Amino acid sequence: MRRATLILVPYLWLLALFLVPFVIVLKISLSDTALAIPPYTPTLDFGAGWQGIRDFFSQLDLENFWFLSTDDLYWKAYLSSVKIAAIATFLTLLAGYPIAYGMANAPDHWRPTLMLLVILPFWTSFLIRVYSWMGILSGEGYLNQFLMWTGLISQPLTILNTPIAVYIGIVYTYLPFMILPIYAALERMDASLLEAAEDLGCSRFKAFWLITIPLSRNGIIAGCFLVFIPTIGEFVIPSLLGGSRTLMIGKVLWEEFFNNRDWPVASAVAVILLLILIVPIILFQRNEQKQREAEG
Amino acid sequence: MRKLILTTTATIALGAVSASAEEVRVYNWSDYIDEELLTRFEEETGLDLIYDVFDSNEVLETKMLAGGSGYDVVVPTGTFLQRQISAGAFQKLDPAKLPNLDNMWDVVEQRTAQYDPDNAYSINYMWGTTGIGVNVGKVTELLGEDAPVDSLDLIFNPENMEKLAGCGVHFLDAPAEMIPAALKYIGEDPDSHDPDVIARVEEVYAPIRPYIQKFHSSEYINALANGDICVAVGWSGDILQARDRADEAGNGVEIAYNAPKEGAQMWFDQMAIPTDAPNPDGAHKFLNFIMDAQNMAAASNYVYYANGNKASQEYLIEDVIDDPAIYPSQEAMDNLFTTTPYPAKVQRVVTRLWTKIKSGT
Repeated sequence: MRRATLILVPYLWLLALFLVPFVIVLKISLSDTALAIPPYTPTLDFGAGWQGIRDFFSQLDLENFWFLSTDDLYWKAYLSSVKIAAIATFLTLLAGYPIAYGMANAPDHWRPTLMLLVILPFWTSFLIRVYSWMGILSGEGYLNQFLMWTGLISQPLTILNTPIAVYIGIVYTYLPFMILPIYAALERMDASLLEAAEDLGCSRFKAFWLITIPLSRNGIIAGCFLVFIPTIGEFVIPSLLGGSRTLMIGKVLWEEFFNNRDWPVASAVAVILLLILIVPIILFQRNEQKQREAEG
Repeated sequence: MRKLILTTTATIALGAVSASAEEVRVYNWSDYIDEELLTRFEEETGLDLIYDVFDSNEVLETKMLAGGSGYDVVVPTGTFLQRQISAGAFQKLDPAKLPNLDNMWDVVEQRTAQYDPDNAYSINYMWGTTGIGVNVGKVTELLGEDAPVDSLDLIFNPENMEKLAGCGVHFLDAPAEMIPAALKYIGEDPDSHDPDVIARVEEVYAPIRPYIQKFHSSEYINALANGDICVAVGWSGDILQARDRADEAGNGVEIAYNAPKEGAQMWFDQMAIPTDAPNPDGAHKFLNFIMDAQNMAAASNYVYYANGNKASQEYLIEDVIDDPAIYPSQEAMDNLFTTTPYPAKVQRVVTRLWTKIKSGT
């Protein structure tokens, strides 16, 4: 009985926070637009009894999904989002691994402080942090002023409103999600393994490559998924830091919803985005489970 | 933009202090009022004012069509207002509660009746034109003394844009204004609803697209004022605000606004009360407060937009009433055009075209 209750709680949670919203979105994706409040039809009318419910279902169709497949804009946007997310994840890994490595090798009494420094940015609103990057990267911004002061450049660099700014924003925002799982994996590593390797004549670099990296693999995989999955649907960073040329599915969804007032097509875009994300989410789950089993 | 954040924070703080008093919730464009007026309204009426801001009609329209926005007064632009009225989003105004209606200006009311017949659902807050803001120093440096700063040629001629690209050009992210402007440039009817005519806009944008740094509807105020960009296609008062911010900052940036001589789009921002407004009485009080001649003049004097209030004109400062960029001469008025909303099918064509133009795909 107690076991059943324990299982019930997370499932109820999933039902309320995931399944119900998803069914609503799915329902809207099968509807048609209308100039009304809310701007789609049909809406469920329980007052009309069974007939009303039958009418309601008979009016739903897959037309919007058909429409998505006929316009290459959507495929380009999905592909471009996956590409940007993949590159950004790789860059975050490059930036995050050395930090996690340094933290794991720091003296014990430093670690809580270093951990705090990684988490500290979360105390400020995400939006304000992205806004401050606009101030740093703009033509007359701090970065350009600094570079011109050092004499490295004579003309300000155009960084804001380019894909580079989007990558900077994503790497900055998601860095803690990469650092923490890698740090957790590295911290658990047995340091005597490295000593043994050294005793047996292995160079430090080779030992790192043959021992440290494989042992932190689970942390790397977890970190990559934690960055990759939310980045695909990212909207705020590309719209604030990116130019209009950065095509991401989050922005396309926004335009369908706000500019076209086409909630049904916007919902269809969201449903497909979710289907695309299910693949990496399942892989992530598998990895976590394997890790638990290996430890268990 | 910093101001926008401060306003929002202040609003939240304001709301938290005394939630017990009766509230009026107003949703207006960003950088669009003298904030002293908000305090004055609270003092005069004893109502709590919650003041939130947006920077695009699309965001407002989505809230209106979703219903239950919780706002008592909102400020859509004419074309959007018209569509939202037909969706049933607004309630008719009660003239008995609006004694200051007598202050309104018939010249503007005649034009707004195009969107809201008899002005039954809305009052005019402010109006303006869509035109070109330039950083005078940088543009003359790049294009010479006779740069066509008052012509669509500046922004739609690839030769000019190529030279300007390096110092930054922003366009409004508002297809309902940028497409009519391009149609005007090629000599078509700017209010055309014919998809084949609208499609011709792509030929105008394709060659200049590489030189446009960003499509955005509010960032250009600060970007112009700081000298980050040198040309912005934007709304008259916003560019004049950028001019003043640059003056105040004393950073040597000189901004000028021109309505294109080929013809500029004229738009009207209308205050209206949503059907499901929680406090329609308070909303009427707010509208009446805004229509007071001195209050309306204070708002215009602060944001540099013309208003639809005849009585307020005697309280306007010379910088506003005598500036032809704000109150155009009769001759210039005749050169302004207005547009009507796109039907749903055409709207999809327009948005798709706009996405294509913006993303270059």
